[in-house]
Amino acid sequence: MMPHLDARYLLCPMPVIRVSACVAGLSTGEVLTVRCTDRGALNDLPAWCRLEGHEVLQAEADSSGDVVLTILVHK
Amino acid sequence: MENGKRKAIVLLSGGLDSMLAARLMLDQGIHVEGINFFTGFCVEGHTHAVREDRQKRNLRNSALHSAEQLGIRLHIVDVIDEYKDVVLNPRHGYGTHLNPCLDCKGFMVGKARAWMEQNGFDFIVTGEVLGQRPMSQRRDTFPVIARESGATDRLLRPLCARLLPETLPEREGWVDRERLLGLSGRSRKPQIALAAAYGFTYAQPAGGCCFLTDANYTHKLKDLWRSRGERRYDFDDIMLLKIGRHLRPRPHFKLIVGREAGENRFLEGYRNRFVHMWALDHNGPLVLLQGDANEADLDLAASITARFGQGRGALKVRVAVGRPGGPLGERDVKPLPAHALAAEWYL
Repeated sequence: MMPHLDARYLLCPMPVIRVSACVAGLSTGEVLTVRCTDRGALNDLPAWCRLEGHEVLQAEADSSGDVVLTILVHK
Repeated sequence: MENGKRKAIVLLSGGLDSMLAARLMLDQGIHVEGINFFTGFCVEGHTHAVREDRQKRNLRNSALHSAEQLGIRLHIVDVIDEYKDVVLNPRHGYGTHLNPCLDCKGFMVGKARAWMEQNGFDFIVTGEVLGQRPMSQRRDTFPVIARESGATDRLLRPLCARLLPETLPEREGWVDRERLLGLSGRSRKPQIALAAAYGFTYAQPAGGCCFLTDANYTHKLKDLWRSRGERRYDFDDIMLLKIGRHLRPRPHFKLIVGREAGENRFLEGYRNRFVHMWALDHNGPLVLLQGDANEADLDLAASITARFGQGRGALKVRVAVGRPGGPLGERDVKPLPAHALAAEWYL
């Protein structure tokens, strides 16, 4: 099952800290889905992924207003 | 040392000074990575990210933005729990408000030292400038930070190193002291000029802004401690102090009133922790109640909830009252008149 991380109601930089911890336990090729309420995550998580070499497959706000990102892990 | 390169860990706050310090190390062929500590009090975009009326701004973490421009890895470390002792028991005392700046810097450099040792790095770099901050960036406090953090002479301050005694990286020739700077004082003009030369962009020259230096925020934190009869806090406490209007109508309870849709949405995340209220027949805020409230208190809280909604002019407003794990109640109240909303209730 694809891993999911609920980072709703967390503010910058906690979504990045939680994603970083979650990705540490994943392997190359796994895809992590993250749900946030902090709009800043749309900038921060892709920036963190660029620095770490992971790939953001999707980053958008859904109809509920939550920000949802899918991240392909590269190690 | 890997590939013949010495390795430095830079305390990257997201401000200009630490970004320049990191760049000076990169210019000398040092392998550089950044570390950023999240204490829970960092100003970093929090309220901007919550409030809908501010979401048109480019919301981003300044330290990540700095790291991207430098092309270095950034380790963001949660130190919320460990940091409590720094806030509650600062050995060197507070600044103007509840800012324990000298203890804070010693703590962070100490954490960086531990990280350096665990990860096989050679030295620590900060963006400190002699004389720039009144508590932590002075000639007499620099050695205190180096000593109490345990970093000793593995702590290099490239922006003002020429004004300070030589450190290990300089003595060993890992870095060339002649290519370090001798900046001092509060002006950031030299840094701004240097940033322009490097083509750096930044939100503001000073990074690492902290709510503990903010008069309004620390007033609310002191009120929290007073109401509990003891100085303690948890993560949610210090997050909620950043959100909404805070009113204490009675000594034993406080209300947090969302100011707009973004804050209401954020406060929704706390409905399973606190009694909460909102008007059913008018638009208005979500209100959290912290403390112990009896029936009369709940009526007062409901009337305040109605006061801050669009039904403030109505004769009667129906207010929903939710309790963690309990049934949803409703009560009809008269919105509190403006004159009854006492100024001293506002925190």
